[in-house]
Amino acid sequence: MDTQTLIYMFVGASFALYIGIAIWSRAASTKEFYVAGGGVNPVVNGMATAADWMSAASFISMAGLIAFLGYDASVYLMGWTGGYVLLALLLAPYLRKFGQFTVPDFIGTRYYSKAARVVAVVCLIFISFTYIAGQMRGVGIVFSRFLDVPITLGVVIGMGIVFVYAVLGGMKGITYTQVAQYCVLIFAYMVPAFFLSFIITGNPIPQIGLGSTVADGSGVYVLKKLNLTLTDLGFGAYTDGSKSMIDVFCITLALMVGTAGLPHVIVRFFTVPKASDARKSAGWALVFIALLYTTAPAVGAFARLNFIDTVNETSYSQAPAWFKNWERNDLIAFQDKNGDGVMQLRSGDAFDGGPVFGNATGPSGERVVSNVPNAESANEVYVDQDIMVLANPEIGGLPGWVIALVAAGGLAAALSTAAGLLLVICSSVSHDLLKSTFRPEISEKGELLAARIAATAAIVVAGYLGIYPPGWVAQVVAFAFGLAAASLFPAIFMGIFSKRMNKEGAIAGMVSGLLFTFGYIAWFKLANPADNVAANWLFGISPEGIGAAGMVLNFVVAIAVCKMTASPPAKVRRLVDSIRVPRGARDAQQH
Amino acid sequence: MSDDTQPTETSAAEGAYWRDNIRLLCSLLLVWFACSFGAGILFRDFLDQFMIGGYPLGFWFAQQGSIYVFIVLIVIYVVRMRSLERKYDLDD
Repeated sequence: MDTQTLIYMFVGASFALYIGIAIWSRAASTKEFYVAGGGVNPVVNGMATAADWMSAASFISMAGLIAFLGYDASVYLMGWTGGYVLLALLLAPYLRKFGQFTVPDFIGTRYYSKAARVVAVVCLIFISFTYIAGQMRGVGIVFSRFLDVPITLGVVIGMGIVFVYAVLGGMKGITYTQVAQYCVLIFAYMVPAFFLSFIITGNPIPQIGLGSTVADGSGVYVLKKLNLTLTDLGFGAYTDGSKSMIDVFCITLALMVGTAGLPHVIVRFFTVPKASDARKSAGWALVFIALLYTTAPAVGAFARLNFIDTVNETSYSQAPAWFKNWERNDLIAFQDKNGDGVMQLRSGDAFDGGPVFGNATGPSGERVVSNVPNAESANEVYVDQDIMVLANPEIGGLPGWVIALVAAGGLAAALSTAAGLLLVICSSVSHDLLKSTFRPEISEKGELLAARIAATAAIVVAGYLGIYPPGWVAQVVAFAFGLAAASLFPAIFMGIFSKRMNKEGAIAGMVSGLLFTFGYIAWFKLANPADNVAANWLFGISPEGIGAAGMVLNFVVAIAVCKMTASPPAKVRRLVDSIRVPRGARDAQQH
Repeated sequence: MSDDTQPTETSAAEGAYWRDNIRLLCSLLLVWFACSFGAGILFRDFLDQFMIGGYPLGFWFAQQGSIYVFIVLIVIYVVRMRSLERKYDLDD
């Protein structure tokens, strides 16, 4: 059977599975729609959290980032896993004990203020939409490359699938489809990694393979060989970074704290039966995530080695089929600067920005780009780092069914995250804005209908952003984490660990953290991209890491304002006492 | 809300449980900080002179080791908290 047929079969079968689960697990009440009835087993929830968490960025982009950044990419590895320690120790069990449906629910109740709740909703919607546009884009890329359909149609099909199980099933449907999606995506990620690790090092376990010697009889360690190869070509060594220490520190901190403050992750812990289950569940989630996250560095390093081996100093006419496939999808370009028909990989960009293809073909048959060549670099190959994972099985010469599996895995990762994000967006509209703020008299049936309408609207907006990605989407991914770190995390943390924190302090803290972080990123990413260099940064912190400073600012402002204003009412102090002890978690949700 | 049914003052057991919890949290977060920000970032250059297989040690902490330590930390917290909750009879 040819690869194309296999891809259709794998992707079709996985979609049929998701829809089957959706029909089986329809939500009948708001409680089922928002928190899956609150009775999800902690291991199941951990697996669903892992799928929810690992997005198209984790599955498709991260190994590529690691491949091209080397040590500097450690910020993502530590940042996106270390946050779970903060979640398990500082937030999840207490929020579960609090026992309501959404993150703004907690902030609004703990800070006895509708204004605080609305500020939290604004943060949440901004964070979630930034994130979701990227997911839909990921769906489009996988469809266009593997299923040969236009990106637009791919996004529409993806929207349709998410619509069926998110709108019908709510959190209940999402939870069980995410479990299936985790299984698909982890299998799809691990199989090529085992193959590659075995081919390159002779050891099939990628985590060990990366620390082993290359299986070509030379006895050189993989990382050593990679360092040598890269420095030969004029790149920096793989295991050294180029970012400053303070920047690496701040980005890691912003990603960790941001992870703990992301609403679509936090609400997953509202679905388990007890506070102690929330702790357990966070542990399981990290185990399931770590499986992929400890494999990714190996995949990245192997991919970089393989890529250089296959492409560098190869004449274009001899280039492998995958190279030309990705070139056809605009994600690889060869600009023959010295006219020898041979591809030279060197450090530096071949040209500025992304490739602009015309219709002409060059003397070797390559697609000619009209970009002005970068005279300072002898590099002739442009490669979009997002393709590394998707192209890996082809680069490594793996069988067709592995390629099909990777296509299904990429879709599973993007769809599961998109669904989780859609749910927090629609519940914040129907529950926090409608039911709790503007229309408290709405019936349960009415609220459920409103939630489904909001979910539908959110899917349409997300799809639109996926089809017509505004230029700023890729530029502002740092927003999601930085904003969560600077706004939601400190407010939730102080709400649990300080009985003295009051609404004035919390609101002032959230608003100042949010505005500072937003302003800093907007200044460098949108208003003055030309100034976005280390010399102009505050204390040398890049926009990606500024959320760490925003978080500190939030704490300082909140504590200062709190000292000057009245203590919270006795009722709120009793609430804090009650969420601190696990006993009675089952009762707390009967509100 | 459920807080109407809760006692106004925290009991002695609840107070002691919370203090023990905070002490446990602080020591675990210290390890959390030491293995990621410490070994993986601040002292990486120093640790990179040692090797663990083909991995320079600081690089290993940044891309592998800290993640394993994170898992162990959560496991310890889950187990220790369960015994604390039994000790003070506050489990759910």
